[in-house]
Amino acid sequence: MLTPQQIEARLERVLLTVQKPGRYVGGEFNAVHKDWDSIQTKVAFLFPDIYDLGVSNVGLKILYDQINQRDDALAERAYLPWLDFEEIMRANEIPLYALESKHPLIDFDIIGISIPYETLYTNTLNALDLAGIPVKSAARGPEHPLIIAGGHTCTNPEPMHAFIDAYVVGEGEEVIHDIVDTVQAYSRFPVDSSQQHNGKTVKRESLLKALAQIPGVYVPSLYKVNYMDDGTIAETIPLVEEAPARVLKRIVAKLPPPPTDFIVPNIKIVHNRATVEVMRGCTRGCRFCHAGFTTRPVRERSVEEVLDAAEKAIASTGFEEVSFLSLSSSDYTGIAELVEAVSERFPDEKMSISLPSLRVESVSVDLMEGLKKHRTAGFTLAPEAATERMRKIINKFITDEQLLDTAREIYSRGWTTIKLYFMIGHPSETLEDVQAIIDLSNKVLAEGRKAIGGKAKLNLGVGTFVPKPQTSFQWVSVDNFEQINTKQNLLKKELGRGIKLAWTDPEDTIIEAFLSRGDRRLADVIYTAWKNGAKFDAWGDQRRYDIWMDAFAEHNLDPTFYTHRQRRVDEIFPWEHISTAVHKKFIFEDYRQSLEGLIRVDCREQCFACGILPIFKDLRRENPGDIWMCPEVKSRKPKTAMQPDELITIN
Amino acid sequence: MKNDQQPINKRLRISFSKEGPLRFIGHLDLHHIWQRSIRRAGLPLVYSQGFHPQPKIQLASALALGFSSRAEVVDIWIEENRIQTSDIGEKLQSAVPEGIAILDVQEVELGSPALQTQIVSSEYEVTLLDENPASLINEKLATLMEAESILRPKRVKHKKRKHFTSAPPTYDLRPLILKLVKLPPGKEDNAIRLFMHLSAREGATGRPDEVLAELGIPVEDVRVERTKLIFSE
Repeated sequence: MLTPQQIEARLERVLLTVQKPGRYVGGEFNAVHKDWDSIQTKVAFLFPDIYDLGVSNVGLKILYDQINQRDDALAERAYLPWLDFEEIMRANEIPLYALESKHPLIDFDIIGISIPYETLYTNTLNALDLAGIPVKSAARGPEHPLIIAGGHTCTNPEPMHAFIDAYVVGEGEEVIHDIVDTVQAYSRFPVDSSQQHNGKTVKRESLLKALAQIPGVYVPSLYKVNYMDDGTIAETIPLVEEAPARVLKRIVAKLPPPPTDFIVPNIKIVHNRATVEVMRGCTRGCRFCHAGFTTRPVRERSVEEVLDAAEKAIASTGFEEVSFLSLSSSDYTGIAELVEAVSERFPDEKMSISLPSLRVESVSVDLMEGLKKHRTAGFTLAPEAATERMRKIINKFITDEQLLDTAREIYSRGWTTIKLYFMIGHPSETLEDVQAIIDLSNKVLAEGRKAIGGKAKLNLGVGTFVPKPQTSFQWVSVDNFEQINTKQNLLKKELGRGIKLAWTDPEDTIIEAFLSRGDRRLADVIYTAWKNGAKFDAWGDQRRYDIWMDAFAEHNLDPTFYTHRQRRVDEIFPWEHISTAVHKKFIFEDYRQSLEGLIRVDCREQCFACGILPIFKDLRRENPGDIWMCPEVKSRKPKTAMQPDELITIN
Repeated sequence: MKNDQQPINKRLRISFSKEGPLRFIGHLDLHHIWQRSIRRAGLPLVYSQGFHPQPKIQLASALALGFSSRAEVVDIWIEENRIQTSDIGEKLQSAVPEGIAILDVQEVELGSPALQTQIVSSEYEVTLLDENPASLINEKLATLMEAESILRPKRVKHKKRKHFTSAPPTYDLRPLILKLVKLPPGKEDNAIRLFMHLSAREGATGRPDEVLAELGIPVEDVRVERTKLIFSE
C-alpha cells in the first residue's frame, strides 16, 4: 500500500482536474491530528457519500470526538469521492485515504461506517473497494481492518450481513469504546510468524466472537438463517455459543456531554453549522416513524447544558448557525426556557438559530417568534396526513383547524413561505385521502393570501411511505408503481397555483423499500447491482433502477416479495433477532389499534408499557428523575415472580 | 448587551500566507474562512448596513485554485478600539485553519481606498515538478519575451458565449508580463524555477496559468506560489 507521502504526491498532480478539490484535502479547523506511530489503535470513520453530505453527520461527529478523547486511539475521517475523482483515483491507483493523515484506509485497525439510510448500501461496497479492502467479510484476511457499521439501518442489518464484520445496534457512544478495548486485547498477542496466515485468521475469528459478546454488537457471520418453503424466514440462529440469540440495542442511560469542537469545513457543505442534540427519542408514537420506535426512551439534556454547549461550539467553530436537534423540538421540556435564554446568551444578531421539528400548533409560532432576531427563512410543518381517518391510522392526530390556525399565525407574523410535509402511501389510503392533501394545501395558502396577499407561498413536499422494520407498520406492503403514479398524478394535476410541489421518485421509494425490508438474500442482489455499476442510489440522476431489477433476476429473486407483500401476522421477520427493546407484542397491538382507527396519546401522559422500562430497568434505576421521560421503576425488584409491566409505577 | 455609544471601528490589514490544503480552497470559500476565523478569535466584525448585512472583509486579490502564496492581504473591520493590535495577530493565528500563517497585522486609516483598487502587480514563483531540459525552457522564455504581442482567447462566461458567433474575443497577454525569467537552481534540488511579474490592475490582470499555457507547460505539472503583491503608493 502507498504511504501518505506517496498519496499526497499523486494527489498533487490530479486535484486540479476535479470539481471542488477542497473535498479531498482535509485541513479543516478542529480536525484532530495525532501522532500515527505512537497511537495503538487507529479508527477511520467513513460516510459512504460525498464530503458535502458526510461532514454534518451527527453520529460520526460524536464518535470522532469519543475516540479522539482517548490517549490510546485516534480517529480520522473519509468520504466517498464524487464520480470524477473516483475515476481518477482508480486510474492513478490512489486508494481511499483518510483526510487527516492521508493514510490509506487499509492501514487502520477499524473502519466505522455510518449507514443512516439504505440507499447508501452500494456506496458502502464501493468505498471498501476503493480502499482496496475485499467487500465481502468472508474474503477479508488478517491484513484487513475490522469493518463495523451503525446508524439507523442497524435495525435490519440482514441485507448487508455479507459485507459488515460487526454491526452496532443502537447508540454508539459507549459501545465504540468496548469495541476498541476488545480489538486492543486481541492485537496484543503477536502472531507466530511460521503460521502467520493461519494464526491470524484464527485470531480474527476469535476477535469476532469476542465482539459478539459486547452488548449491542451483532456479528452477522456468527448466525445462520433457515427459510420456509414459501421463502419466509423459519429462524435465525446463532452458530456459536458466544453469539446471543437476540441482539439487544445499546443505549446510554444519560446523554454524555455533547461534542462542541466540530470540524469546520473549508468549503460549502449541507448543514454547515453547529448542532446541539437537546433530546433523544420521542414520546409521540407516530406509527410510521422508524426513529420514534427505535430511539426510545426519551432522554433530555438540561437547558443549561444545551446553552453551554451551544456557546462553546460557537466559540470553538465560528459557525454562524446553531441547530438544536431532536425528533420533536416542541416536546422538549425546557423549550420555552431555552428559546428565551437564547436571545440573552447570543446577542449577536448575525447568529441564526434553528429549531427543527416543531408541532403544528400556534405555540410553535410563538417559539419561532422568540428566535425572530435569529430566525432563518422558512417555517416547516409536517401534518403527514390530511384526513381525520388517516391521522388516526398513523397516530399523528391534529385537526384541520389546528393547521389552518397555525398557518394563519405564521403568515400574519411575517413569514411568507410555509413548507408542508405530507406522505402518500399510508396503509389503507384512498384517492380521497390524497385529494384531501390538495384541498388542505389550498386552504393553507388561502389563509396566507388573506393575511399577506400574493406574497404568500406554499411549498409542498409529499414523500412516499415505506413501512420500516421494527415499527407498527412492518406488516404492511408498500404502494406499487401504479398506486404511487396515480396518487402523484392527482397531486400534480389538481394542486392550485402558487403551490410548489416536490415528490419522491417512485423508483427511489421501491429501492428503499426492498433494501430496508429485505433478508440475507438481498446481499447477493446488492453485490451484483454494485458490480454492474449501481452507486449513489440516493442521487436522482445516478440511480439505476434497471441494474437493480437485473440483479434480482440474476439471483432468481422477486422484489415484490419484499415490497408489495402484506406479511402474515405470524411471520418471522428477517430482523426478528435484532431487538430495539420494544416488545413485538406491543408493536402488534399498536398495529391492530391502527386498523381500528384508535389513537394512542403521548406516552409522557400514560405509559403503554412498550418494553423499554422492563428491559432497561437497571439503567432507569441508576438515573431516576427527569432525565428520562419514562415513569420511575420501583426501587427494588420483589423476589416473587411478577409480570415486568407491573413493576412500573405511573406518575 | 447593546452599547449605548457608537462603536469605534478599526480597520486592520492582515498579511498572510496560504498553502497546504488551503491551496485547493477558492476565493469565496476563503472569504467565509476569514469570517469564521475572526469569530473564533473573538474579534467583533463590523457588518454592512442594509437588508442583508455582510461582514466587512476585503481580500486584496483572488488567488487561482491550486496556487499557494506567501503574500496575501486582507482588510477587516472590527468594532473594538480596546484591542491591542499586537494581540490580534496571536489571536488570529490560533483561530485560522491549517495552511494560513499570519505574517503581519497593521491598523490602517478607515477611509483608505479599497485594497482591490490599489493593486498594481503580482509576483509569482513557478516550480516545475518534472525534469525539463533547461535549454528548451530558456528557448521558450526567450521566444515569448521577444514577441510583440501574444493574443490569447478571453475567458468568457458560458452565458455570454452564445452572443459571439464569429471568432471568440482575444486579449494581448504580452504587455501584462512585466518580467519572466528562469531563477538560478535551488540548493535542495535541480528543479527548474521561473519568476513571473505580472500586471494586476483592474481589467488588466496577467494570469500565471495563461503564461504557462503559452509556454506549453500544463498547470498540473507545476507548483505556483505568489510571492508578492505590489500596491500603488
